[in-house]
Amino acid sequence: MDININTPLTEDITKKLHAGDFVFITGTIYTARDAAHKRMYEAIKNGENLPVDMENNIIYYMGPSPAREGRVIGSAGPTTASRMDKYAPQLLDMGLKGMIGKGKRSKEVIDAIKRNNAVYFASIGGAGALLSKSIKKSTVIAYDDLGTEAIRKLEVENFPAIVVIDCDGNNLYERN
Amino acid sequence: MREVNVDKISETIKEMCISVNHFLSDDMKNAYNNAMKTETSEIGKKILGQLKENLQIAGEDMIPICQDTGMAVIFAEIGQDVHLTGGNITDAINEGVRRGYVDGYLRKSVVNDPIIRKNTKDNTPAVIHYNIVEGDKIKFTLAPKGFGSENMSKVYMLKPADGIEGVKNAILSAVKDAGPNACPPMVIGVGIGGTFEKCAILAKKALTREAGKHSDIGYVEELEKEMLEKINELDIGPAGLGGKNTAFAVNVETYPTHIAGLPVAVNICCHVNRHITREI
Ligand code: SF4
Repeated sequence: MDININTPLTEDITKKLHAGDFVFITGTIYTARDAAHKRMYEAIKNGENLPVDMENNIIYYMGPSPAREGRVIGSAGPTTASRMDKYAPQLLDMGLKGMIGKGKRSKEVIDAIKRNNAVYFASIGGAGALLSKSIKKSTVIAYDDLGTEAIRKLEVENFPAIVVIDCDGNNLYERN
Repeated sequence: MREVNVDKISETIKEMCISVNHFLSDDMKNAYNNAMKTETSEIGKKILGQLKENLQIAGEDMIPICQDTGMAVIFAEIGQDVHLTGGNITDAINEGVRRGYVDGYLRKSVVNDPIIRKNTKDNTPAVIHYNIVEGDKIKFTLAPKGFGSENMSKVYMLKPADGIEGVKNAILSAVKDAGPNACPPMVIGVGIGGTFEKCAILAKKALTREAGKHSDIGYVEELEKEMLEKINELDIGPAGLGGKNTAFAVNVETYPTHIAGLPVAVNICCHVNRHITREI
């Protein structure tokens, strides 16, 4: 099924999504990948505030290529989500509702998705040029020194993704 | 003795870096077209259609095909009758990578040390494999490697008794483990024989062979065909969401080995299997 969704990603929305649904996301999402997750993890450990409020937000596991002059962003497809598995359960418990990446997740992450009525989306790996067209604005909001790995706030319009793991734990990668 | 100034090398490598990250070679484009014809899964067809659209946008708007523009792997064949002037060849190659990635708006994905992990901000250094050959030409093959698929690659030190069946099991198990992480449809490079490091280099080299072109060795050609068929029965499919096209090609390279060993390397690459060759 094709579904249009708007952020913030509240539980009313996530509870209606099923593994296999095609969604088009409009609104604000945040990027973070390996190095930004490590920093957020350390910030939490030291009792500091995170640069992004997790509540009802979506994190896109993505580090773009640089934008040419006059452009919003470069190529902008997903990276492998399993490298963030160590950090994701804690963020989900803090209110994070959606993650966009590619590839399988650990049991701990799937449990945290169920526990928090969250959802894991896949966008198409290796389609960064196409996906960049749905990104209308991009601003670095934290960890600028990390370059491509900085946290970016993205305004997206009809950003295409597929529900891979829904809040009941159904998993599109486990079909057999 | 032919003289070549190393600046020519830097400029050639720069142009290769930019071109290869925006345009796929014809063999890969054919692989996409064939996949569109053979795919039966609805979701698989839809994804292949989007991947083709992605290629078109990349070329027309000069946006890299994938944001992971890779670590630059370079196979350099240097004719023994070439005399290089103006500097050191390794520095010249790295200068080319630097210019290509900085001027070409490509992502800088290289860190200075595997543990300290500070970004070098220009995607250097490259991984360079040199070979001295006959003649007075220099030939470079560049294959920027993304790590979603690189991370799923494996080396197996099999025993001679494991034989060809052992090799087949090794390939299939690596592909199954890779699944959706490696951005299927994949290209599978396999190196059999040599030593621990030799088989890995062969596997990487195999990825630079045209997709769809088979080995000249009879049993190796058979192996490539059989493995492609078996892999495409795994139902991993485009983006790992099911379908017939899990791999576009399986390329196998072999080398003599030791009486006591059967090393096998499986280097997994995604559908963005970038390779480009230039001669100076
Ligand atoms: S595995 Fe290939 S297609 Fe996928 S993100 Fe990496 S470089 Fe891009």
